[in-house]
Amino acid sequence: MSYQPSPLRLQREAARRRASRRSTLIAVISTIVIGTALTIIVTGAPGFKAVRQSFFSWHYAKSAFPHVLSGLLLNLRVLIIAAAVVLIFGLLIALARTSRSPVLYPVRLLATIYTDIFRGLPLLLVLLLVGFGLPGLGISWIPSSVVILGTVSLILTYSAYVGEVIRAGIEAVNPAQRMAARALGLTQTQTQRHVVLPQALRKVIPALLNDLISLQKDSGLISVLGAIDAIRAAQIETAQSFNFTPYVVAGALFVSLTIPLTRFTDWVTRRQDLARVQQGQW
Amino acid sequence: MTKTMLDIINLRKSYGSDLVLQDISTTLREHEVKVLIGASGSGKSTLLRSINLLEGIDDGQILLDGQDITSVGVDGDAVRAQIGSVFQAFNLFPHLNVLQNITLAPRRVHGVSKIEAESNAMQLLERFGLADKARQYPDLLSGGQQQRVAILRAVITKPKVLLLDEVTSALDPILIAEVLSLISELKSEGMTMMIATHEMGFAKRVADQVLFLHQGKIVEAGSPQEILEKPKSAELQSFLGALREAGRL
Repeated sequence: MSYQPSPLRLQREAARRRASRRSTLIAVISTIVIGTALTIIVTGAPGFKAVRQSFFSWHYAKSAFPHVLSGLLLNLRVLIIAAAVVLIFGLLIALARTSRSPVLYPVRLLATIYTDIFRGLPLLLVLLLVGFGLPGLGISWIPSSVVILGTVSLILTYSAYVGEVIRAGIEAVNPAQRMAARALGLTQTQTQRHVVLPQALRKVIPALLNDLISLQKDSGLISVLGAIDAIRAAQIETAQSFNFTPYVVAGALFVSLTIPLTRFTDWVTRRQDLARVQQGQW
Repeated sequence: MTKTMLDIINLRKSYGSDLVLQDISTTLREHEVKVLIGASGSGKSTLLRSINLLEGIDDGQILLDGQDITSVGVDGDAVRAQIGSVFQAFNLFPHLNVLQNITLAPRRVHGVSKIEAESNAMQLLERFGLADKARQYPDLLSGGQQQRVAILRAVITKPKVLLLDEVTSALDPILIAEVLSLISELKSEGMTMMIATHEMGFAKRVADQVLFLHQGKIVEAGSPQEILEKPKSAELQSFLGALREAGRL
C-alpha cells in the first residue's frame, strides 16, 4: 500500500507554509519602510546637493576611472606578492614559536619579540619608518622604490598576524593526533609535517582569508609613501578638479574586490562547520 | 622454546606522590597474548604507554627483543617503529584517507616505496573486508571500521609487539564484535600482543595469560580460567563481583 500523509502531517505543513509566507511579507514591508526613511533623511539633508556634487559626480567618476583602475593594478600586484611572502613568513614564525627544540630557543625568542612588536605597531608607523627611515640610512643595497618599501612594510606587519593565526591552528590540533603519529615511529619533525600542519592549516583557512581581505584593503596605505596606487591616483585626480568623486571610485573598486573574497570565505567557513557537525556523530 | 619479546623488570612510575605502577615484572614471549584487566586507573594504560616510551618510567627496565629500550640514549622513535599501538579513541588522521593513514608509517618511517606500501596496504584491507574503504576519509567510516583501520595501520609494519589499549571501549556491541574478530585473526597468525580490555569473554578467548592490575600492581596472574573462575585475592574477587553486577561477566 502506498503512503498516505496523515491529516496531522498536512495540517503541520500548512501551518509551516503560512508561517513562512508571513515572515517573507514582514521582511518586505520592513525593508520598504526603512529604505524610504533612509532616503528621506539623506536626500532631505540641507547639504545633500553639495555632497552629491562633490562626492558622487558622474562626470568626474568617468574621467577618473581609468587612472584609478590602473592604480588598482599596482595594489593587486603588491597584494599578490605580499600575500605569498606573508604566508611563508607566517608559517616559519608559527613553526618557530611552537617548536620545543632547545637548539631553536634563540629563534623562538626572536620570533616572539618580532610578533610582539609588529602586532602592536600601527601599520602607518611601520610604513613611515620603513619607507622614509630605511632609505635614510644610505645603505646602498636597500632599494629606494616606494612600492618595494611599502610592500616590505605590509609583509612585516601581516607576517606577525598570520604567524599568530597559524600558531593558534597548530595548538588547536588534538594532542592525541601527535601521540598517534609518534606511536607509529614518526619523528617530531615528521609528525609536524605530515600530521599536525595539514590539520592546523585547514582549521585556520577562514581566518587566513580574513587577513587576506584585510591585507588587500591595507595595500591602499602604501599611497602615503607616494606609490601611485588606486588611492594615490584618486588623490591626484582630486587635486586637479577639487572634486572628491575619484576617492569614491577607488573605494568602490576596493569593495568590488573584497566582496567576492568575503563570500568565498563565508562559503569555506560554512563548509567546515558542516563537516564538524557531521564528525560530531562519533 | 620461543624467545622472549618483551621483558619488563621491576617497573615503577609515579605522578608526583601518586604511585601508578610499582614492582611490575612480566615477560611476553613471541606469539604470546597477554591480557591486562583491572579497574580504570589501575595502571593498564600507563603500563602500555611506558612500553612504547610515550611515558617515561621512574625505575626498572624494559627489554624489547633483548634490547634495553629504557637505557639512556636509546632512540625512542626507532623503538616505537618496532611496536604497534592502538588506542581507545582510534586516532586516525582525519586529513588522510584510509590508504594514506595505513601507508604513512611504512613510507616515512620504514622507507618503503609508495607503490609497494600501497599494494601491501591494499592486500591487508582486502583480507579484512575493508578494500572498498581505501579511498574514504575516516569520518565517513563507522567506529568499528575506524578501529579496524587503526589496527591495520599498526600491524602493517610487522611490529614485534602489538599494544592494544581498550580498543573497544568506545564502540557498541556489534562493532565490538568485528574489532575483536580482527584481533583473534591476528592472534591466529602469531602476533605477539599485550591487550588492556574490559571484555572478559574476549579475554578468555584470546589470552594465554591474564594479569590483574590493582592500584598499579600485578595482584594476580594466571590462565583465563584461573583468573576469571578461581580468583584468589580479595581485590580480584571484588572486581569480578562488580563486573558481574554490571552484567559484563
